[in-house]
Amino acid sequence: MSVFSTIVSQIFNGLQSGSVYALVALGYSMVYGIIMLLNFAHGDIIMVGAYIVWILMSFLALPPAIGAVAAVAGCTLLGVAIEKVAYAPLRKSPRLSLLITAIGVSFFLENAAQLVMGAGSKPMPTIIKGTNIEIGSAHISFVSVVTIIVSVITMLLLTLLVQKTKMGKAMRAVSEDMDSARLMGININRTISFTFAVGSALAGIAAVLYSCAYPQASPTMGSMLGLKAFVAAVLGGIGSIPGAMIGGFAIGLLEALVSAAGLSVWKDGVVFGILIIVLIVKPTGIMGRKMNEKV
Amino acid sequence: MKDINQAIIPERDKDKTPAIECIGLGIDFGGLTAVDNFNFTLGRTEIAGLIGPNGAGKTTVFNLLTKVYQPTRGKMLLLGKDTKDLTIAQANRAGIARTFQNIRLFKDLSVMDNVLIGLHNEIRYSLAEAIIRLPSFWRAEKVARERALDLLSIFDMADMAEKQAGSLPYGAQRRLEIVRALATNPTLLLLDEPAAGMNPSETGELMENIRKIRDMFQISILLIEHDMNLVMGICEGIAVLNYGRIIAKGTPDEIKSDPNVIEAYLGKKGNANA
Repeated sequence: MSVFSTIVSQIFNGLQSGSVYALVALGYSMVYGIIMLLNFAHGDIIMVGAYIVWILMSFLALPPAIGAVAAVAGCTLLGVAIEKVAYAPLRKSPRLSLLITAIGVSFFLENAAQLVMGAGSKPMPTIIKGTNIEIGSAHISFVSVVTIIVSVITMLLLTLLVQKTKMGKAMRAVSEDMDSARLMGININRTISFTFAVGSALAGIAAVLYSCAYPQASPTMGSMLGLKAFVAAVLGGIGSIPGAMIGGFAIGLLEALVSAAGLSVWKDGVVFGILIIVLIVKPTGIMGRKMNEKV
Repeated sequence: MKDINQAIIPERDKDKTPAIECIGLGIDFGGLTAVDNFNFTLGRTEIAGLIGPNGAGKTTVFNLLTKVYQPTRGKMLLLGKDTKDLTIAQANRAGIARTFQNIRLFKDLSVMDNVLIGLHNEIRYSLAEAIIRLPSFWRAEKVARERALDLLSIFDMADMAEKQAGSLPYGAQRRLEIVRALATNPTLLLLDEPAAGMNPSETGELMENIRKIRDMFQISILLIEHDMNLVMGICEGIAVLNYGRIIAKGTPDEIKSDPNVIEAYLGKKGNANA
C-alpha cells in the first residue's frame, strides 16, 4: 500500500470515528450547557441503543431500518426518563450530588444490561451494506461514507433547530440565564427534557453508526466511547455546540493518525493526554465561553 | 392624608378589575420580616411608583409579584384571580413581566433572539412542524419576527436587531430589556430602576417611552425608581415603603408633602439639634 492510500484511508477512518465522537460529544455538551451536569450515563445510552438494534435485528429478524429507528426512539425515551427520575428531583441540589447520581445511573445501566443480556458480547448483524469506494489506490468503506454523511446532516439539522426554532432559543436562553428565562415565561422543565431528548436522540444515531463500525454489543461498550466523547466535548469547549463537533472530529482524526504512525497501542493514552493538556492550558476549550463571574 | 390601606386608582380605571390587588401580603426570611401588610391596588392602565429608602423591601415586593418568592401571608390577585399556585413561568404567562435593576439580557444572543424569547409563548407550532419545516412553521416564525421588529421600532431599535445584545450601549440594553418584557404580552409591567445610570435627557426620553407604552398597550406599569423627577413626573399613584411597610400612599403632590415620607428620607425634624 502506498503512503497516499494509507493517509487517505486513515483520514476517512478518523472522520468516521470522529463523527460518532462528535454526535456523542454534542449530547454531553448540550446537557452541560443547560444544567451544568457532566452526564456520565450518556455513553451507556449508546450501549442500550446498540442492544435495541441487536434485539430487533438478530433476535426478531426485523429489517435494519426498523432497528435503527427503534434505537433512536428508545435512546430518546431513555434519556428523558433518566432526567425525570434521576436528575429532576435534584434540581436544587449541589452540582456534586448530580454528578454522583450520573455516575450511579451509569453503573445501573451497565449492570442492568449485564443482568438482562449477559456479560458476553453479542455479534451485530450487518446494518448497512454497500460496495467500497476507491479513491486512487485507497479503499474507503461504504460504512464510513454513510457514517460521515449521516452525521453531517444530523449536525446541520441540530444547528437549525438550535438557531432557528423557538425551542432552540429557549434552550439557549435557559443555558445562559435560567432565572431570567423563567421570568420570560419559559417552561424550564420542558426545556430541560427537550435538551435531554435531543442529546439522547443523537446518542441513538451514534449507537447505530458505531454498531456498523464495531459490530458487537457489550454492557460496557459505552464507557470508553463516552469518555472519549467527553474529552472531545472538553477539547471543543464544553457547553458549545460547534465546539463539540470540532472536538469530536479532532479526536477521531488524531486517533487515526496515531494508528497510522504505527502507535495504535498509544491511541487511548494520546486522547486522555489531550484532556490533561486542555485542562491545564485552556480549560474552556477551543470554542468555550469565558467563565462568567457571578455577582 | 389618605388611609394607607385604602386603594387609590385613577378615575378611568374605577370600573375595571384592577390589574393587581395585594391584600395583606407579607414575607419573612427566617425571623426577619422583609415585607409586611402590603395592601396595594393597581388600576388597569395606571402608571404607579414604588419608592423608599435603600433596603425598604421594594425589590422584595417585585419578587413577590413575579412569584420568585412565595408570600408568607396574605394574597395577591391578578385581574381578580388568585395567584397562589402559579410558578414563575406561569405568572409571566398570566401577565406579569419585569425588567431588572442589574440588566439581565441574554447577552450572547442577538437583539432579535432576545425579543423572540420574550415571544416564546406567543409563537405556536409543534415540534413536528418545525422538524419537517411545514409552511405553518415558517409562517409562525415570520409573524414572530415581524412582531419583534414592531416592538423594537417603538424604541427605534429595529436597525439593531442582528447585533449581539451584550454589545449594545448601556441605554439601549435597558430599552431592550423593556422590549423583551413587553414581548411576553403583559398585563402588568414591572420596571426595576429603569432610569438607573441615565443622564437627564435619556431619562426624559424614557419617561416619554413609558407613557407611550401604557397608551399603546393599555397596560399598567409599576416602577421602582430613585429618580424623583421621573417618579413625580409620570406616576399617577405612589406608594412609599419603609422597613417593609407602606408608610404613605397618594398622588405625587400628596407624597411630596407627607411628613412620614420626609421623615423616612431625611430623618426626623429637629434631629440635627437633638
